[in-house]
Amino acid sequence: MSSENKTPLLSVRNLVVEFSTRYGPVRAVDDISFDVYPNETVGIVGESGCGKTVTGLTLLQLIPMPPGRIVQGSINFDGRDLTKLSEKEMQEMRGSDISMIFQEPMTALNPVFSVGNQMIDVLRRHKNLTRRQARELAINMLDTVGIPAPRKRIDEYPHQMSGGMRQRVMIAMALSCGPKLLIADEPTTALDVTTQAQVMEQIVKLQDEFHMSMILVTHDLGVVAESCDRAIVMYCGNIIETAAIDDLFHKPQHPYTRGLLDSIPRIREERITELPIIRGMVPDLLHLPDGCRFADRCPRATDECRQDKPVVNIDPVTGNGVACYHPMG
Amino acid sequence: MSADQPEALLRVEGLKTYFPVRGGVFLTAQAQCKAVDDVSIHIGPGETLGLVGESGCGKSTLGKTIVRLIKPTDGRILFDGSDLSSMSERALKPHRRQVQMIFQDPADSLNSRHSIGNILEEPFIIHGIGDAAERDRRVARLLDVVGLPSSAVERFPFEFSGGQRQRIGIARAVALNPKLIICDEPVSALDVSIQSQILNLMLDLQQEMNLSYLFIAHDLAVVKHVSDRIAIMYLGRIVEMGGADEVYERPKHPYTQALISAIPEPVPGGKRERQILAGDVPSPIDPPSGCAFHTRCPHAQPKCSEERPELRDVVARTGEEHVVACHFDV
Ligand SMILES: Nc1ncnc2c1ncn2[C@@H]1O[C@H](COP(=O)(O)OP(=O)(O)OP(=O)(O)O)[C@@H](O)[C@H]1O
Ligand SMILES: Nc1ncnc2c1ncn2[C@@H]1O[C@H](COP(=O)(O)OP(=O)(O)O)[C@@H](O)[C@H]1O
Ligand code: SF4
Ligand code: SF4
Ligand SMILES: [Mg+2]
Ligand SMILES: [Mg+2]
Repeated sequence: MSSENKTPLLSVRNLVVEFSTRYGPVRAVDDISFDVYPNETVGIVGESGCGKTVTGLTLLQLIPMPPGRIVQGSINFDGRDLTKLSEKEMQEMRGSDISMIFQEPMTALNPVFSVGNQMIDVLRRHKNLTRRQARELAINMLDTVGIPAPRKRIDEYPHQMSGGMRQRVMIAMALSCGPKLLIADEPTTALDVTTQAQVMEQIVKLQDEFHMSMILVTHDLGVVAESCDRAIVMYCGNIIETAAIDDLFHKPQHPYTRGLLDSIPRIREERITELPIIRGMVPDLLHLPDGCRFADRCPRATDECRQDKPVVNIDPVTGNGVACYHPMG
Repeated sequence: MSADQPEALLRVEGLKTYFPVRGGVFLTAQAQCKAVDDVSIHIGPGETLGLVGESGCGKSTLGKTIVRLIKPTDGRILFDGSDLSSMSERALKPHRRQVQMIFQDPADSLNSRHSIGNILEEPFIIHGIGDAAERDRRVARLLDVVGLPSSAVERFPFEFSGGQRQRIGIARAVALNPKLIICDEPVSALDVSIQSQILNLMLDLQQEMNLSYLFIAHDLAVVKHVSDRIAIMYLGRIVEMGGADEVYERPKHPYTQALISAIPEPVPGGKRERQILAGDVPSPIDPPSGCAFHTRCPHAQPKCSEERPELRDVVARTGEEHVVACHFDV
């Protein structure tokens, strides 16, 4: 990404998010910094529990507080620090400037209102429209996201629709106010492969049409490879690598990124008896090691790695960075 | 097809599993959900048949019917020469230890109030194997085989991660030296780094114990990695079946072609030309007439909605069986 002479739309700096639990505080997001430029799609990848969803929710100030708490850091969006906004200001921001779509659309849609009523509500909250105008716009949006017979289906309830259709409705709703940034958290994970392909294609097409930036949260490296310009790899609440998509897939620097890429069965390749694996498992956030959090599983670990935690150093030219003392090179 | 018939460990013929449902146009009428509709498959000793299809197409129902957790509506389940399809629970018991099942979410299938030791000992008790000391030895060996510490015996399922729980599920399934394991999405709920560990474990065990697998999954890349042959299912029926490489490299059914084309590949650089299917999977309660795929098929002709295509042989490059249910050569 040529990012040198542009200003980022979103700039997250040293963000720390903590949850208090019965066993003590858990840092779900631990000192992360990243930028998203206009029109850019940034993927956030990593295994379950690494902090992807909490990152997305925090940007919109949607984490439950308590038990959650932003300990430190700033979230600059379009010139304003979102951590400093009042709840009312934030509400105006949500759904208009920044929208979010979730993995399971059923939890985000209200089952007792028709799809149309929910869309009209969102539109009228953010735009000065009559009910009739909002309804027309909603029908238009449903058509745009590929819902057949939108004029008829707009009056249906969420449970009358298939999973793929509900996710399209969510996308229509998220895009209806023309946001500058869309946060999509595993938008196709709950869908079947063929539906997933339909919905992903739709999202990418609309992102282009609407000139939006997008943060695409997913555990599917295939989806990242096909849809993102850049990706961030998270592990135990940290960003451990960030790179332009070609670099990340062809020259992964972090041993964890490398391990993840190696362990996916590739359909195009010959059958092999042993898949390369990453040994062991993700450490518990309550009992993190002092040094590198990946050290126990890392084939390249040395004593140095176990002493101090490596930090990401971003190369000012490429924008790539890795948190590792012995990167793959 | 006929050549390998005598060697099959499992041979399923014309299997149907219908569920009664209230539905259809008249809510009072009793409709039927044809979850499995006229399925015939076979699996040889030490062989893996992969079963792929979208949500609700009947994969789990087929698996559960084969292990007789569900009684079939019609058809035969020939296992090692005996027909399990209409056996009584008592007659089934000696066969049960030969055919085991592993589930997607082991948490649901492991009793949370029992320790791992109890869970793994249970199959031995049910089948009257060994005294207490012998059973302890066997449990310890099982834990070792699936790569869990011996201290696991005293712990409970909730104390383990998803991947570890799947290891426990696998240990329980192989406890009685079965010949066939129905694996229902065994790695779908796991993260990639753990998924590869479990797949390797399953392949190792297959080698050591000469196990046969029916490997159910929606991820075609995973299925191709572990399977000798692949069956593609759509709305209760097998629409294509053949050697894993053959089906992947020369898919003959338009649905198989669409499934392969839909897989997002972890290789950046230019989006591939992709064949996107329109619409959603229709309901198995009221499946489309003729070829059930005709509502989404890019090659559909008038004949497709009128006449159901039967599975027919297509010539495989390798001379193996390769069958497809489509009227045309597309
Ligand atoms: N006990 C039941 N009673 C009625 N209908 C059922 C029952 N079990 C399954 N079905 C229906 O049978 C069809 C096949 O279901 P099944 O669980 O076998 O699908 P599947 O291919 O395993 O899907 P998934 O990929 O979502 O696991 C579905 O339409 C389902 O709703
Ligand atoms: N409401 C909450 N209360 C306590 N812990 C939470 C809460 N939400 C998330 N966490 C913890 O924060 C960590 C990161 O979670 P999440 O961001 O959801 O992961 P993922 O990367 O899978 O999206 C996990 O350890 C999770 O258990
Ligand atoms: S810092 Fe050391 S332990 Fe951590 S990933 Fe790099 S080499 Fe491995
Ligand atoms: S029979 Fe017709 S509708 Fe069915 S797969 Fe073949 S071409 Fe498509
Ligand atoms: Mg998540
Ligand atoms: Mg299933």
